[in-house]
Amino acid sequence: MIDPNIKKVLLLGSGALKIGEAGEFDYSGSQALKAMKEEGISTVLINPNIATVQTSEGFADKIYFLPVTPYFVEKVIEKERPQGILLAFGGQTALNCGVELQRSGVLDKYNVKVLGTPVRAIEETEDRELFVKKLDEIDVKTIKSQAVESVDEAVAVAHELGYPVIVRAAYALGGLGSGFCDDDTQLRALVEKALSFSPQVLVEKSLKGWKEVEYEVVRDCYDNCITVCNMENFDPLGIHTGESIVVAPSQTLSNEDYHYLRALAIKIVRHIGIVGECNVQYAFDPESMDYRVIEVNARLSRSSALASKATGYPLAFVAAKLGLGYGLMELRNSVTKDTSAFFEPALDYIVVKIPRWDLGKFHNVSREIGSSMKSVGEVMAIGRTFEEAIQKGLRMIGQGMHGFVENKEIEIKNIDHALQAPTDKRIFVIAKAMNAEYSVDRIHELTKIDRWFLYRLQNIMDTSHELERYDSLEVLPPELLRQAKQQGFSDFQIARSVLKDQLGDGEEANLRVRALRKRLGILPVVKQIDTLAAEYPARTNYLYLTYNGSEHDIDYSNPDHRSIIVLGSGAYRIGSSVEFDWCSVNALMTVGKLGWRSVMINYNPETVSTDYDMCDRLYFDELTFERVMDIEDLEQPHGTILSVGGQIPNNLATRLNKEGVNILGTSASSIDNAEDRHKFSAMLDRLGIDQPRWSELTTLDDIQGFIAEVGYPVLVRPSYVLSGAAMNVCYNDDELHRFLRLAANVSKQYPVVVSQFIQNAKEIEMDAVAKDGEIIAYAISEHIEYAGVHSGDATIQFPPQKLYVETMRRIKKVSAQIAKALNITGPFNIQYLAKNNFIKVIECNLRASRSFPFVSKVLKINLIDLATRAMLGLDVQKPHKNAFDLDYVGIKASQFSFQRLQGADPVLGVDMASTGEVGCIGVDTSEAILKSMLAVGYRIPKKSVLLSTGTPRQKPATLDAAHMLHNNGYTIYATGGTCQFLNENGIPAVRVYWPSQPDMQPQAIDLLHNRKIDLVLNIPKNRSTTELTNGYKIRRAAIDLNIPLLTNARLASAFIQAFTTLPLDNIEIKSWDEY
Amino acid sequence: MRNVKSAVLELEDGTTFHGYSFGHQASTAGEVVFNTAMTGYPESLTDPSYEGQILVTTFPLLGNYGAPPQQQSQGDLSAYYEGDRIHCRAIIAQDYSWHHSHWLAQRSLSEWLDEQGVVGIYGIDTRALAKHLRDKGSMLGRIIIEGDDPQQVEWYDPNKENLVGKTSCRELEEYGEGDKTVVLVDCGVKHNIVRCLTRRGVKVVRVPWDYDFTQIPYDGLFISNGPGNPDFAQATVDNLRKAMAIGKPICGICMGNQLLAKAAGATTYKLKYGHRSHNQPVRQVASLHGPKMTEAEAHRCFVTSQNHGFAVDQSKLPADWEPLFVNMNDGTNEGIRHKTKPFFSAQFHPEASSGPKDTEFLFDEFISLL
Repeated sequence: MIDPNIKKVLLLGSGALKIGEAGEFDYSGSQALKAMKEEGISTVLINPNIATVQTSEGFADKIYFLPVTPYFVEKVIEKERPQGILLAFGGQTALNCGVELQRSGVLDKYNVKVLGTPVRAIEETEDRELFVKKLDEIDVKTIKSQAVESVDEAVAVAHELGYPVIVRAAYALGGLGSGFCDDDTQLRALVEKALSFSPQVLVEKSLKGWKEVEYEVVRDCYDNCITVCNMENFDPLGIHTGESIVVAPSQTLSNEDYHYLRALAIKIVRHIGIVGECNVQYAFDPESMDYRVIEVNARLSRSSALASKATGYPLAFVAAKLGLGYGLMELRNSVTKDTSAFFEPALDYIVVKIPRWDLGKFHNVSREIGSSMKSVGEVMAIGRTFEEAIQKGLRMIGQGMHGFVENKEIEIKNIDHALQAPTDKRIFVIAKAMNAEYSVDRIHELTKIDRWFLYRLQNIMDTSHELERYDSLEVLPPELLRQAKQQGFSDFQIARSVLKDQLGDGEEANLRVRALRKRLGILPVVKQIDTLAAEYPARTNYLYLTYNGSEHDIDYSNPDHRSIIVLGSGAYRIGSSVEFDWCSVNALMTVGKLGWRSVMINYNPETVSTDYDMCDRLYFDELTFERVMDIEDLEQPHGTILSVGGQIPNNLATRLNKEGVNILGTSASSIDNAEDRHKFSAMLDRLGIDQPRWSELTTLDDIQGFIAEVGYPVLVRPSYVLSGAAMNVCYNDDELHRFLRLAANVSKQYPVVVSQFIQNAKEIEMDAVAKDGEIIAYAISEHIEYAGVHSGDATIQFPPQKLYVETMRRIKKVSAQIAKALNITGPFNIQYLAKNNFIKVIECNLRASRSFPFVSKVLKINLIDLATRAMLGLDVQKPHKNAFDLDYVGIKASQFSFQRLQGADPVLGVDMASTGEVGCIGVDTSEAILKSMLAVGYRIPKKSVLLSTGTPRQKPATLDAAHMLHNNGYTIYATGGTCQFLNENGIPAVRVYWPSQPDMQPQAIDLLHNRKIDLVLNIPKNRSTTELTNGYKIRRAAIDLNIPLLTNARLASAFIQAFTTLPLDNIEIKSWDEY
Repeated sequence: MRNVKSAVLELEDGTTFHGYSFGHQASTAGEVVFNTAMTGYPESLTDPSYEGQILVTTFPLLGNYGAPPQQQSQGDLSAYYEGDRIHCRAIIAQDYSWHHSHWLAQRSLSEWLDEQGVVGIYGIDTRALAKHLRDKGSMLGRIIIEGDDPQQVEWYDPNKENLVGKTSCRELEEYGEGDKTVVLVDCGVKHNIVRCLTRRGVKVVRVPWDYDFTQIPYDGLFISNGPGNPDFAQATVDNLRKAMAIGKPICGICMGNQLLAKAAGATTYKLKYGHRSHNQPVRQVASLHGPKMTEAEAHRCFVTSQNHGFAVDQSKLPADWEPLFVNMNDGTNEGIRHKTKPFFSAQFHPEASSGPKDTEFLFDEFISLL
């Protein structure tokens, strides 16, 4: 029964994107909001993630850009008085916050009802001990560990559990004393050793090599239960499901296996009392039907977002409705529109999810993958053979790979070891092993990946070897060409396998394969995802392309040229994330509003743009030249928009243009003129616009010569990176040589770009929309940090509060000149350096930038809507207001995921490291800074702060902040030089010692471990070895111990200023529309 | 490339689909039906209800987990299959997995099909084929293997034959132990129905479809599933009428539902393309225990496994009978019950195998009536 008293509902979002909690919650929250809206229930959303779709106009009635913490949520509840709260749609963040609010009595106090799964059930799934007990009640097996204190006890436990077992020393960090044991002898030896580290040892059944399978289960309040999807991990147990390649539906389970686990999942979900959606994860023995339940997530999760996209079943939407008290049978299948929501989707395709890692961006991070998540995004590929889907997916992850085969050879010293200890390259190691004649059985032994997957990969390898037997495309048997396409080979892979060294740059060969295919009639067909495998007619426009089929599900015979194709953003990665999804969705909405058929191409299952109801046609497929052209050929659209999905679509401009695609907005040649460093620089020179001096160089001597002219520091960008970050600032010869020697290649083939690096310069962003070369709307924002911190990591303030009016005027003028010169139509972004009122252009992108949603929402002018209208050739009026009219300030702050990246040095530099962002609005900088810093996980320190403020030249920058800390009663601990500096300036500080001074007391690290420090301010000095060791150890300890860490003087000062001058209680609780 | 023969599926309306052969290499013919299940080909192939049919799987991959051993559990009951042989005439998929992987697999699907003389084709757009059958209705088809003369391959319509008689046992057989005896009328019974009954501690006497079981003592009567047109099983209907007069508990599944309905006085008809899948939503519309549904029953829905081409016209049910379950997608009948007597049946498959086991409790309901 639907509770008629629920008129207003509060939904908690998940905050900034971070590793383990990413775009999937924008999708689930948006769906939940739509479901409430359909019921006429008013919605209040708390989510500081300003780049999300759910925080856009039209989704929630009230939006609060505030931290999702009990403090702020209570304030909002107090103000808004909702009758219900939804906790399941904002990831772990929302769930934890909700549990705390229930425990502290806030929900009872304000009479707020938790809709959906009750908090008691959530607690029973979250608390390991309760969970095991709960499942014991119904004789369902879980993974249990038993604590023992002697060798004999351990042996007894092992006999009870059955070998192999894992032994872990309790209370020991970093896996000290852990290991696998196959028999008594091994166990005795290991436990004896482990007991020497720790008084207690945990013995657990080892499930190494077991399959990992999960089920997405939906239950309503009438106890009706369905499993929407099951999924099987390609990688065996031991690799986090977020790190694993996943297929849906399961491929190696028999009917008996499948339904045994399905029935168990339903039994579990009923017993726990879930109302809504949850997932059940199993470890499943590959040699019997033995199983263990790994965990139950009593909320929407990454897996449920994937399951939704994989099946077409709108899990989040349905879960929200069930939370209101609906029964499943009362809801419709929103894909077919004719059948009931009470059913289990039947797939007639296979889905492969592949994680996207960005480990190369970090110093000191291990590339091995395992039980904790490190990936930053994922892709989903759809095909009608496993080979087709996985090869599509391997292209989609966008790391320079063309599929499973025909890639640039990766360097692996020891294949056996690389197979046993998987890294982010694991699948390509398998390809390498197959090339080295490893048998499927051998690879299975080393990886424990089910042979079925390996056989299918072997098929791809065999086909590539067959293709390699031919030397020219003309003699290729058509049947072999077709087989290759059915196994997901791209035209490029085919060209490379046949032409080998004769390939050239590939582009021309690509087109030759394409022409050949067309001549032979080897073309992909478009299929619908209809949830019922064609059993009933479906009115769905959720589509994918495949070579395993003979007819289209869509009639393309009479093109009406009314389609506008929008290219999406692809996998989330560091540097391209939910902000481009917001841009894509807004472009689609405008296209639709203007009466065109909106068509999306994207393959990221975490996005809103890939929701079936966001556009008229969704092609869940690759954003490669080949696939986009396939779709262009079928759709024959009026035009295509490349400028809202980030760099991936932008990179296709020239090639699509060459094939006659009508690119809406700025022309491909202008895009090329902005992207090509040489052309762009020459243009700026012609226009008399200043830029930092730079040169592209091929020898060390030339580099030295250039530096002699411009002086240190310089920014060095190699085109071929051996290891570590791709860019670096070098302050002296020593650093330059070390960087180039260790990290990069310099040669004719791999030139290095060296630029003058201007210190203590402001960095300014110009986000704008132009039409026919004239700027229509713009937003200028300033970085809090000085230039040198990547714009994606910087804290950005809009409107700018500390820019000279004259600087602003110059930026406007120069931007107008550039817009005119490039004849821009659509969105663009220019980055500037400003020092003493002089400005230099650093970069120009003729596409939407990361900050578009932020400035659009703060300004309350949707720049993408304007840009889309401009690109469609409509007259666009200049908006009447500008940034000077705003009575408030927006701050965009970055979210880092260093905690997940064991070993990574949490410093900021010229390469981007953040995984997400928030944007908060306040009456002034301090209020906005405070909200946004709290929203990305900082806490206001209680008593004491540890300062190491860099070199003598750097130290004055934080002196004011230190005064403020002192005046507000904080105890300041400081390392040697900083302590002396503070004392000399009249600030008392307690001296602490670096790790390199182990004989001295107190040790900084000890203070951190003993929780004596609430905030660490550590400004890295330089890149010398001792500094790196000392500073790194302190920074890393802060991250590992979850103590807030600041490494930038300007940001630290702003944050300290904010919390020392503004009490938390004085923060205004205002929704977006109240500003 | 693998050296395989090509094969053509020709439908009676002239449409052709081209693919490649696996399993047994011989041309064949039958009625073409599609199933949207994603698992369970060993169970489906041996399900007697598929007698004479060419099975099209919409899930594109087939053969991933090979075929389990052909061993017996109790008497002549198969341990892993639903019949003692493959009943389908052929199986059609998009993609056949030449390599399989499963701890229980004894051989590949292709080898098993070959042993049993059953044809397989892959490389066919089974989504397109399913859509064709959905729009035009189930129809006859012929599979012509490369090199065979199409003239030599006769069309075959299984619905013109008494398939129940063809698949039923010839002799009485007994399974299990227990104080109560259940007579199981074999209209082409799936072995899991026997397993589900014996697991509940009753003795099962399996009798041929036309056997007059009223002569032997029993505590309950169970009418099995079976292939084809229920009109051919008039002998069973006649016996059922006698059993209804005796009044002991009666339960039926699939064909059993249709025959019970006919015995009660209702009629059956052929569906356009049938229900063959693991995801058919079914709603309970009458109480299993009394004149009025309980609060819980009133909201109860089930995901069911189905395989039938004929259905009961529930509008023709006499006044003392009522529909028990209804299909939530198309409103067709999914089960009936007598308003006062212990007679009920389900059109779907509570014994599953293959498919979801959510309705297995109906066996408990039946046993509790004995």
